[in-house]
Amino acid sequence: MTRIGELFGRKRARVLSVYSTAGFPQLNSTIEVMKALEAGGADMIELGMPYSDPLADGPVIQASSTKALENGMTLAVLFEQLKDMRRSIHIPVLLMGYINPILQYGFERFCETARRVGVDGLILPDLPIYEYETEYGPILRKHGLDFVFLVTPETSAERIRKVDMLSTGFLYAVSSSSTTGKNKDIGEQEDYFQRLQQMKLRNPVLVGFGIRDRDSFDAACRHANGAIIGTAYIRAIDKATNVDAATREFLSGIVGVEAGAL
Amino acid sequence: MIENRITVKSIKSPNEQGYYGKFGGAYIPEMLYPNVEELRTRYLEIMNEAAFQKEYRTLLKDYVGRPSPLYLAGRLSAKYNTSIYLKREDLNHTGAHKINNTVGQILLAQRLGKRRIIAETGAGQHGVATATVCALKGIECIVYMGEKDIARQAPNVARMKMLGAKVVPAVSGSKTLKDATNEAIRDWINNPTDTHYIIGSVVGPHPYPDMVARFQSVISEEIRAQLREKTGSELPTHVIACVGGGSNAAGTFYHFLDDASVELIAVEAAGRGVHSGKSAATTQLGKPGVLHGSRSYVMQTEDGQVVEPHSISAGLDYPGIGPLHAYLYDSGRATFLSATDDEALKAAFELTRLEGIIPALESSHALAALDQLQLNEKDTVVLCLSGRGDKDMATYMYAMEGGML
Repeated sequence: MTRIGELFGRKRARVLSVYSTAGFPQLNSTIEVMKALEAGGADMIELGMPYSDPLADGPVIQASSTKALENGMTLAVLFEQLKDMRRSIHIPVLLMGYINPILQYGFERFCETARRVGVDGLILPDLPIYEYETEYGPILRKHGLDFVFLVTPETSAERIRKVDMLSTGFLYAVSSSSTTGKNKDIGEQEDYFQRLQQMKLRNPVLVGFGIRDRDSFDAACRHANGAIIGTAYIRAIDKATNVDAATREFLSGIVGVEAGAL
Repeated sequence: MIENRITVKSIKSPNEQGYYGKFGGAYIPEMLYPNVEELRTRYLEIMNEAAFQKEYRTLLKDYVGRPSPLYLAGRLSAKYNTSIYLKREDLNHTGAHKINNTVGQILLAQRLGKRRIIAETGAGQHGVATATVCALKGIECIVYMGEKDIARQAPNVARMKMLGAKVVPAVSGSKTLKDATNEAIRDWINNPTDTHYIIGSVVGPHPYPDMVARFQSVISEEIRAQLREKTGSELPTHVIACVGGGSNAAGTFYHFLDDASVELIAVEAAGRGVHSGKSAATTQLGKPGVLHGSRSYVMQTEDGQVVEPHSISAGLDYPGIGPLHAYLYDSGRATFLSATDDEALKAAFELTRLEGIIPALESSHALAALDQLQLNEKDTVVLCLSGRGDKDMATYMYAMEGGML
């Protein structure tokens, strides 16, 4: 079983996944951020691979990507940073990003390297189902990487069933049809989450986009196995002088784990 | 890896997934899927309706002013010792070929029940063409434009505003066309039900490249008929067009794609020189990759980050090309040449002084390619004069005053 599978095997509720852009705020922040997230109570980490044209992201995450690229982040640098991560990071780690940099790196080589350093899965919002099924899915499976698809309130039931069959790990339920960082009221999406819940999907469901504090996290957790926080976390560490302290303070506001409690 | 599952019936049309050979597809986040899927399943059916065709053709004739003339440029022909016909898209309403596509897409958007239109623009020609049809139909219009382009294309920004469009600056990334496109796509993600995105070129996720090519194909449809009338044959020996994203080239090539005897020549912007680091010659500098929803040639770093191109012509200043063109390049069906900023300027003045026609800087790149071809008196050359040069007067004046010409 994969690390992600094990996580959902023992924890079915209030799973907290946190997104952070690799190489942000400093080029060498990546491991420090991941350690702080694990120590602060995150159950899973989504590490963003910065891209020049991140279509599905809002301004805050795009700005963090731009900063990371200016800092000198590349996939080669990232894998170098991650090569010993499993000595200190024990929770599941997914890489999230866009397909183009991976195609340039070489898709198979990328999967091989990701697996070798201990990455558990991938989220690539602009990799479509057709290309996944015909070309990339088999490579991901060969290297034992989970692959997570997104669903939105506009995704038909039939299509949700389809991506549930294809996804491994969990399903990423976008909480509103919006780019990241839009503060729409999560309550408005209640019907949609209930609909997902009633479908009794094969995969656990994590709610993403729009989660920013304890209230929105609690609301998301009422109908899903947990939630993903991205933009709010990037904001929290953007100007922080001490990333570790800022991370713990941020997480304690969400899941109530005090800094240093672990 | 993708090649083996593709069969191309005619080069004209992509397969059901939107692939021309290994280029195309719809690499979009799930949030865009309903919008794009609605278009994909309905665009052909709507475009083939008799009532749609009637309205589209009537507007092209009475509003745009089509057919645009096919003009035998006598003095230009004499200079190159051949017969050069200019397809006068510069004489269209709003001054370029862009309106052929926006007229088509606004009618499509109406039939899809959309109440809000968004568009991206670089030089502002597509923005003006979109704002124009929105005014015509009384539909809300938002145009995304890079902050840098807003500053350097003031007359077109004023035209869009006068037409009632809201011009929104794209302030992310390099603040030019590529970023305006990103912002327009984000707007579409955040407005999934009432909004139609009018893409201005043969780029973007399937079905855009095919849809825009079909709307622009009126150019080559007319060329064939006009050429038959003037020469007795529908087929020229050479067809020349400039390529940024490639919409005027797609329209000019379209009805000649299956006629192997017709040499198709695409001219990219070499900027200050292909290898100067300030260029937009995508086929020479790019590698296969994914940009704005389709797989094509993309100018990018080794790490797969999209790089900022350069061309004196804002309309060619784009780091990709449409997937159809990537396929034409890869298969050898079209010849890709390039012209530098200086060569384009020189060609613009040459046409102006020989024929009394001031061309757009984009079209001047196509004109500059005449110098690179071995033409003779037996050849029949058709060149798409995609737009007029009014918008480029500041650049032309600067070149004149600088003693460049």
